[in-house]
Parts: sequence; C-alpha cells; structure tokens
Amino acid sequence: MQMTYAEAIRDGLRVELKRDPKVYMAGEDIGPFGGCFGVTAGLFNEFGAKRIVDTPISENFIVGHALGAAACGLRPVVEVMFDDFLTVCFDEMANQAAKVRYMFGGKAKVPMVCLTINGAGVGAAAQHSQSLEALLTHIPGLITVIPSTPADAKGLLISAIRDDNPVLYYEHKQLLGVTEDVPEGDYTIPLGKADIKRQGSDVTIVAWSWMVQKSLAAAEELAKEGISVEVLDPRTLVPLDKDAILTSVGKTGRLAIVQESCKTMGFGSEIAAIVAEEGLDLLNAPIVRVAAPNTPIPFSPVLEQAYIPSTESIIAAVKSMF
Amino acid sequence: MELSKEQLFDFYQTMVTCRAFESRVSELFAAGKIPGFVHLSLGQEAIAAGVFACVGKDDKCGLHHRSHGEMIAKGGDINKMMAELFGKATGTCKGKGGSMHLADIDMGLLGANGILGAGFAIAAGAAFACKYNETNDITLCLFGDGQSNRGPIHESFNVASLWKLPIVWICENNGFGLSNPVKGHLATDNVSDRASAYGMPGVTVDGNDVLAVYETTQEAVNRARRGDGPSLLEFKTWRWHGHFEGDPGNYKDPKDQDEWLKKDPIIRLANMLIKQKYATQEDLDKMKAIAEAKIDAAVKFADESPWPDVSELYTDVYDRQL
Repeated sequence: MQMTYAEAIRDGLRVELKRDPKVYMAGEDIGPFGGCFGVTAGLFNEFGAKRIVDTPISENFIVGHALGAAACGLRPVVEVMFDDFLTVCFDEMANQAAKVRYMFGGKAKVPMVCLTINGAGVGAAAQHSQSLEALLTHIPGLITVIPSTPADAKGLLISAIRDDNPVLYYEHKQLLGVTEDVPEGDYTIPLGKADIKRQGSDVTIVAWSWMVQKSLAAAEELAKEGISVEVLDPRTLVPLDKDAILTSVGKTGRLAIVQESCKTMGFGSEIAAIVAEEGLDLLNAPIVRVAAPNTPIPFSPVLEQAYIPSTESIIAAVKSMF
Repeated sequence: MELSKEQLFDFYQTMVTCRAFESRVSELFAAGKIPGFVHLSLGQEAIAAGVFACVGKDDKCGLHHRSHGEMIAKGGDINKMMAELFGKATGTCKGKGGSMHLADIDMGLLGANGILGAGFAIAAGAAFACKYNETNDITLCLFGDGQSNRGPIHESFNVASLWKLPIVWICENNGFGLSNPVKGHLATDNVSDRASAYGMPGVTVDGNDVLAVYETTQEAVNRARRGDGPSLLEFKTWRWHGHFEGDPGNYKDPKDQDEWLKKDPIIRLANMLIKQKYATQEDLDKMKAIAEAKIDAAVKFADESPWPDVSELYTDVYDRQL
C-alpha cells in the first residue's frame, strides 16, 4: 500500500498498539493535536487517553518515567519532540536507560522506544535542526534506529517496539512526505541489517536517513559519467552491520561516507575507523567523508543551504577518489 | 494509633538489623574489604523501618545512593547485598552495581541510583505502571534533602499530581547535602513546604520517631491507594557518619553531632518498649543477637563467594550479544 514515511510510522504504531495492551505512547502534543509533525494523527481517537498520553513539557519526566514503567512491565513508546531536546534528558538516556540492565546484573529489562526527529532544511536554526544520532551511540546499552524509507520506517519501528532494550528511533523532517509501497499489517525488519539501496561496482557510499536520498541522486548523476556507485544504508547504527559495509567496500575498493551532521565525531568517523582497522587492504583510495561544517546550524536559507551536504558536494567528493 | 507488640518488635528488629549491617560495612570498608564509594545511613534507621512497614512486596520503590537500610527493610536478601558490596558474583547485581546500584526488581526495588534526582521520574513511571495496570499497588520514592534541589523533581512532582499517580514522595532530611547544611542549600525551612506548589499535602515529621514515621507514611500510602494522588513527607533526621565512608564530616558542629547521637532512634524505641512493658531487656538483646548473627552469616557468604568470571564484563549490556 502506498504510504508516506509519516503514515508508515503511524501504521507501525497502530499495529503494535493493537497487538499488545502493554504498549502505550507518551509525549508532548501527541494526543488530539496529533504530534508536532502529524505523525500520531488519529491515534488518540482510535486508542484513547490511556494509551496515547499527552505530557507537559517535561523531557526528563518523559524519558525517565518510560524507564520506570518499562522496568515494571509496560512497553512505552515516548516522543521527544526534536532530537535537539534529547540533550535535555541526556542523563535519563545515558546514565539510566542505557545502564540499568547492566548495573542490576541483567535482572532489569527496559523495553522502551524513544522517537525523535532529526534534520535541517526547514529554517528552524540551531536548536531545532540537528542530527545528533552519533551522540548516544557512544553509550553502550542503547540501540539506534535511523530509517531512510517508509517501508524501513515501519518495519524497523515494529522491531524496535518488540525489542527488550531501550531504542532511540530517529525520524527525519525531510522524509515525512516521501511515499512508497509499504507492506500492510505485521511487518518487521531485523535490527542490525544494512540494506543496499543501489547496487554499484566502483565506489561505496554509506549514508543514512535523508542523506540516503541525496546519495542516490548523486549516484544517478555519477552513473551518467560512468561511475557506478553502491549506496549502502546501515538503517541501524547500533547494532551496526559491519560485515555488509566491509563486503561492499571489498567489492568496490572505495568508501565515501555521507552524514548530515557536522564532520567532527559524527558516526562517519566510526565507520571510517572500522574500515581502516578491518579493511584497509580493501581500499584503492583514501576514505572520504562528506559532512556539514563544524558550525551550529544557521537560520538564513542561504546559509542553511550552504550548511547541508548537497548532491553536488557528494558528486565532487566521489569524483575526487578517482 | 494502636500498634501490636509484633509490629513494634518488627520495627526494632529491622532497625537493629540495618544498624548491624551498616556498622559492619563501615568496619569492612575501613579494612579494605569493600571497594568504591559507600554511603551509610547510620542514625536514620527509623525511617526505613517505619516506611516499609506500610507497603507490601508488590509495591514499588525508587531509591537513592544511601539505601542499604531501605533494601533491608523491604526484605532484600542480606547475603546477596553484602556480596554485592564486596563485588562478588553472588551479589544482588552479580557484582556489577555495588553499593550505589543495589536493586531487586522482583522485590519492587527499582534501584539505588548514583545520579541524584534521576529517581523521581523513574519512580513516577513505576507509579504510572501501577495505575495503568489497574492494580492496587503504589510506589514510594525516597530521596535526600540535597537531592531535593535537582531540577527533575519539579517535572515529576507536577506530573504525579496532575495525573494523581499512586506515589508517596519521601524526603530523608539528614541535615546535609554532602558537606552543605540544609540552611546552606534550601530556600525554605522545610522540603515539605514545596508541596503546596504541586497541590499535594506536605508534612514534616521527626524522622527518629519510628512510630511517627509509620503513622505518617500509612496515611499517605492509604491516600495513594485510594487514588487520591501523591503526598510529600519529610522526615528530619541526622547522618551520623560522613557523606561517604572516609569523609570525617569536619563540617559538622560537634555540639550538633552530640545532640543527635543522644536522639538515637533505636535507643528511643528500646526505652519506649521497656517503659510500656512491651519488651524486656532480654527480648531486645535477643533481637540484636539475631541481627548480628545475620550479618555474620552475610559476611561469611560474601567472603566465601567467588569473584565474577571476567567474561561477565561483556554480558547484560543488551538482552543478547549484538
């Protein structure tokens, strides 16, 4: 069935809310208002105030309470309205949710999902546009899901809700309206399985979220110039499908990594390090990273467009490898 | 309130057991048998004994970093607790948590917490689960006067009252946030003065009077079970030792310390029991001997237990090996 990315997420939520009475949602304006980006529209009417819970503006509470409820047997799906706001409840994620299973000797399980949204390009400036998905990958105990297509969004979300670990699930503002055919009903994609979004033989681009689309557009252009690009979407950063990345680089001999966030210590740094450690002999050229500059995200459309990695910058980076 | 002899004896047994446990921990720490940080609540035993007499096994409890007594009072396994403090494989958390992360989820003990202020939302989440599951269970959240100044308390106090969650907020005001006396860190005379801002009852009670602690808590627990929402209880007491073992507590006025040592909650209960002819000195001695024997057995258990296998470093990060 044709669905937008936002509809696919909503469909995944609906499947799980129907299947398991222990699943509920909590977050700011997710109820009758339908979510800041409309993702939860209609769920309040369908499932009621007990299952779709509007909270005050209280991110520490939203994430912290989810951990307590999950430890007591519920399966919360909470929303932190923007990725930028996750920094407000960093303790609840990094020191609490990530660590309780380990600190308590495996006796606590925390099946919770935290939805949030990334992305620049909407004129929201420095505090509502970041893509901070790398930050919490540094903390063992959390899973990071970051889908780039509607079908992946649904399949990965259902897997995330059924997972017994705390999961961070990153939507993207620029993808909400992207439409494709999405399997109906119960549909899962295993966490930790990369997907080759385009087959190629000359260079591997690893990209996730919105940057998959930009990389596919770049690949299309590069094909016209005789460069065959493989686009690999890891889909989850933790767990990371290392084998798929190394296999692809083994095939193409070149690796470009495209990330929307600023260059220093983005997740691309980790991928580059892994390939350097485990696959240096596979490479025919140095690894290239395409990323935003190390600046906050500016407001003016002119500046913001200069900030976001563009199809043209990806094309130029790939060409520089030959 | 008329209390049975059995109940009064239970108070005494719990208090002398907490005292014996922590006195021994203090000695063992000084002797180098216990690694890391240890925070003791010697002198505060009436709170643990009085509070936990009001709840059952299925009621939940969020704790803080100074929570050995609470664990014992709720029925935690003393052998496993001692083994955990030693860092042994047989510990409550397989030696992965230590004193600051003692937890026993099956007993409703949601964990001591090394991050002060993180426990409010976690406990509120447990209370949310009690309400969501339509059980008659309630949640206690214990915290110190120092912790009462963390920001997340505001979010959880507000939401708990807004949603009438079945929770009792219990402040153990022991006079100091580490070295900072209450008059140096609290803008009001009492922590409970804040209750009215959240539309809940607040009361300050002598925390060295186990009967007063019990009666006050019972009323708040009943209110929570009835669905009438949270209460804020403040029990004023005094921390006999330093903030952590090894802290000589030089910031305390020796006169104050002497005054409070005279208010020993155990001697106070013992005097009452003898004066009112509930107990003979022999009865009390017998209970102390039972406590000491339990602690002897716990130390032996911990001492003879194996260290964790080094492979345990890698387990319990997730529910599976990623």
